Amino acid sequence: MTSADREQSMRRPLRRVSTLLLVMFVGLFGSTTMIQAVQADSLHGDDRNTRTLYDSFAVERGSIVVEGVQVALSTPSDDEYEWQREYPQGALYSAVTGYNSLGQGNTGIEGAMNDELTGTANSQFFDQIVATITGQDPAGSSVELTIDAGAQEAAAQALGDREGAVVALDPETGDILAMYSSPSFDPNTYASHNIAQVRDSIIQAQESPEQPLQNRAIGGDLYFPGSVFKLVVSAAALESGRYELDSEFDNPATLQLPNSTSEIRNASRETCGPGEQATLETALVLSCNIPMAELGLELGDDAIREQAAAFGFGQPLAVPMTVTPSTYPRPEVMDDARTMLTSFGQYDVRVTPLQMAMVSAAIANDGTLMQPGLVDRVIAPNLDVVDQPEPTILGNPISTETAAALRQAMELGVSEGLASNAQVAGATVGGKTGTAETGENDEPFNLWFTGYGERDGRSVAVAAVVVPDENIVGDTSNVVAAPIGRAVIEAVLNS
Amino acid sequence: MTQAAPRDRAATGSNALQTGLIQLREVTEAIRVRVRNPAKLRNLELFLLVIAWVVGGGAMVLVQLGALETVDLFPLQLAAILAVLTFALHIALRVVAREADAIILPVATALNGIGIAMIYRIDIAQGATGWDAASMRQIAWTGIALVIAIAAIVLVRNHRVLARYRFLAMAAAFVLLLLPLMPGIGRTVNGATVWVGVGPVTFQPGELAKIALAIFFAGYLMTARDSLSVVGKRFLGIRFPRVRDLGPILVVWAMCMLVLVFQRDLGTSLLYFGLFLVMIYVATGRRSWMVIGVGLVALGGVAAYFTMGYVQRRIHAWIHAFDNDVYNASGGSFQIVEGIFGMAHGGLLGTGLGLGRPYLTPYANSDYIIPSLGEELGLAGLMAILCLYIVLVSRGIRVGFQGPDDFTKLLSVGLAFVIGLQVFIVVGGVTRLIPLTGLTTPFLAAGGSSLLANWLIVALLLRLSDSVRGRGFA
Repeated sequence: MTSADREQSMRRPLRRVSTLLLVMFVGLFGSTTMIQAVQADSLHGDDRNTRTLYDSFAVERGSIVVEGVQVALSTPSDDEYEWQREYPQGALYSAVTGYNSLGQGNTGIEGAMNDELTGTANSQFFDQIVATITGQDPAGSSVELTIDAGAQEAAAQALGDREGAVVALDPETGDILAMYSSPSFDPNTYASHNIAQVRDSIIQAQESPEQPLQNRAIGGDLYFPGSVFKLVVSAAALESGRYELDSEFDNPATLQLPNSTSEIRNASRETCGPGEQATLETALVLSCNIPMAELGLELGDDAIREQAAAFGFGQPLAVPMTVTPSTYPRPEVMDDARTMLTSFGQYDVRVTPLQMAMVSAAIANDGTLMQPGLVDRVIAPNLDVVDQPEPTILGNPISTETAAALRQAMELGVSEGLASNAQVAGATVGGKTGTAETGENDEPFNLWFTGYGERDGRSVAVAAVVVPDENIVGDTSNVVAAPIGRAVIEAVLNS
Repeated sequence: MTQAAPRDRAATGSNALQTGLIQLREVTEAIRVRVRNPAKLRNLELFLLVIAWVVGGGAMVLVQLGALETVDLFPLQLAAILAVLTFALHIALRVVAREADAIILPVATALNGIGIAMIYRIDIAQGATGWDAASMRQIAWTGIALVIAIAAIVLVRNHRVLARYRFLAMAAAFVLLLLPLMPGIGRTVNGATVWVGVGPVTFQPGELAKIALAIFFAGYLMTARDSLSVVGKRFLGIRFPRVRDLGPILVVWAMCMLVLVFQRDLGTSLLYFGLFLVMIYVATGRRSWMVIGVGLVALGGVAAYFTMGYVQRRIHAWIHAFDNDVYNASGGSFQIVEGIFGMAHGGLLGTGLGLGRPYLTPYANSDYIIPSLGEELGLAGLMAILCLYIVLVSRGIRVGFQGPDDFTKLLSVGLAFVIGLQVFIVVGGVTRLIPLTGLTTPFLAAGGSSLLANWLIVALLLRLSDSVRGRGFA
């Protein structure tokens, strides 16, 4: 082999090795492109990707504002997460704001308005581009709530640490003025940057029998409405055109349910007022069960179910947190006895306090039901109003006449009936109490008040439910729940 | 070759005075030659070197600006030290290797600078300062590496003498490979026994062994290529070598398997074998060697998979990286997935230096420095870095094409290929192109042994390229 041959002989394998090296590098180009361009989005979405999480914390999350006061805000923190979420009022607004946790989810407004608070909502797309170009630090929008601070404080104070919930609505706009659920929680606990500790706290809260993370105003296990459901049954009766407030019903002290040995009584254990007959109005004012059961049977469960649906039962609703739909039992499970029981809110009628507040609000608003909501405005970092939900009519569950008739009965109930503790000096207040049995063995009742107050053109609808630790004789819903309604009505009308 | 005569005389100089005079004459001769014949290549090199300093120094300043939002002298000091060191090598080249390749040094400098910038970035995230900071150690190692590289290029005037020491190189390679297994100084880090440590200083001798092996292979193949080229029987359309010539490849294969078994180091084992395979292929031009080699790798790989738990785990973590079980397992795919998340986070253009979160990935400044750079510089930045490697490797391959003799050709191909293969194994590993194995990214990753070895490779490639006739930088 000559030297020249040898020179030549190496060229071919060298070219092949060069090609091999090129192929290797092309492979690397391919694998990096796959990760950084093709699969980047799905890798971003992987819930193990902590960078996505850190990123959401790197943004100055918008505040949640009640009457100009920040009830949830982000302050700079020294650690890797850059911002610390704080809730200066602690538990007071916990049912509204929820919590913003590190990788353990967001609840309440923090969850429902997360896109707006982090500035990633579609409505903020162009602001983001401008901010990127001008080199501003990313920031989320603030969410201003419809909450009336005075009403919220009144609700929290009146309910105290008893289990229950309070909701107040502006009947004309649907604005939620107060929303409080007890036992409540301090959202600051879950905003800690100690991930393990937060995870433990959440598990502990979820496993605790008190269920503090449950927003009882719009969700949780729901409540038996008891007598406050009579408003829905009465509305169905008046809407049918076959009944008036002075329609009369037989007035025995006890009534045997059809095909059953069970007897029902009025709460008073007596007849519904004197006389052989009781009017619908009397039955509402004195909250009698027997005339209502008779009415319910005559109406039939379909009519009641339809009226309930018109008020929002069974309908999806977001305020913007998702509200658990209240339920009226399905036709398949109904018989006459059960229909009679549902007429005064027993058997399997389940409601949220928000739903009952919506019933009162529609009655107060001449039969027009407004879409309830917590968001007043969404304000971008540059103070532009990004979003301002307009009052929206959800429906007209009852006529103006029906609404007027029900108001007449409810106002009578407060002025001289079973809801007397809801009276507010100088204001027109209508209301309905309810005491729902929840089980066989003297388990605590659900003590209800729902109603409305009006003064000088300002109005408010409320619903309050209390579940006492034990049933105490004399602690009726008028004693326990009606004062909560009064406190909230007073707070709104005075603000 | 105007310098050839004084060089030879210098090599044979007998007494000190004579040597001194000769050296003096050599220097004056060099200056005279330079005046007469301006060093175009070196001027080009200086121009590119300035760009490399700007790239590296700029990256260091941007890291500090991004991560700390301040600017002080520290990153500029790092950049200045790197500049002074590489400038010294450049000056040495002007004197002793005027016709050396003009592109290798700037590319290596840029990579080294980018590496220090990212190491410094991780230091900031970890709050490391002083000698606890990996960037400080890296710049110190860069100093050591460049001093040794300069010494090598000044002392080894004629690289062909290296061929004479091929068996010494082989012995050195074996000793270096065996060092980590010696009780007392061997250290096992993350399961791989590839370290030696004395006091606080640790070193990966395997990095240097690859140079010794390349020298040995080049020297051996230079003499043995004729006999290895002789073919035996045809099988499946390919002429296979005679059985008696299979000895060397089996020895190398056995050595690599020993590395795999005793040092539990898949990457190094693959690197050595790949190096030998490519060199024997280039030397003989026989594809059959490749076929045999790939067969042996497959054989060893399958055997390792079924007998060694860590190999099995690596393969599992590669294929099922995103399975929750594998992700959460100890020694599972957490690191690789974390690195991939980082790269995805960087996207096309990256978060910007100092503005990402590369420190979330374990070993973000060494094994995972590529995902770290991918996160902060994006796909665009990684492509640029890979292109730097392509340029570096291709300059070495060019010497393989144009080298004056077999030894020069084989050695330059071996050294260039070993850089390319190492980049492929590391980057392919962290991007899930191939199973992950523990190798360092040349010039970028924190680690003294790797830096020293790669700067020595650069010194050798520069020396080899100086011997290329025809000049220019084609």
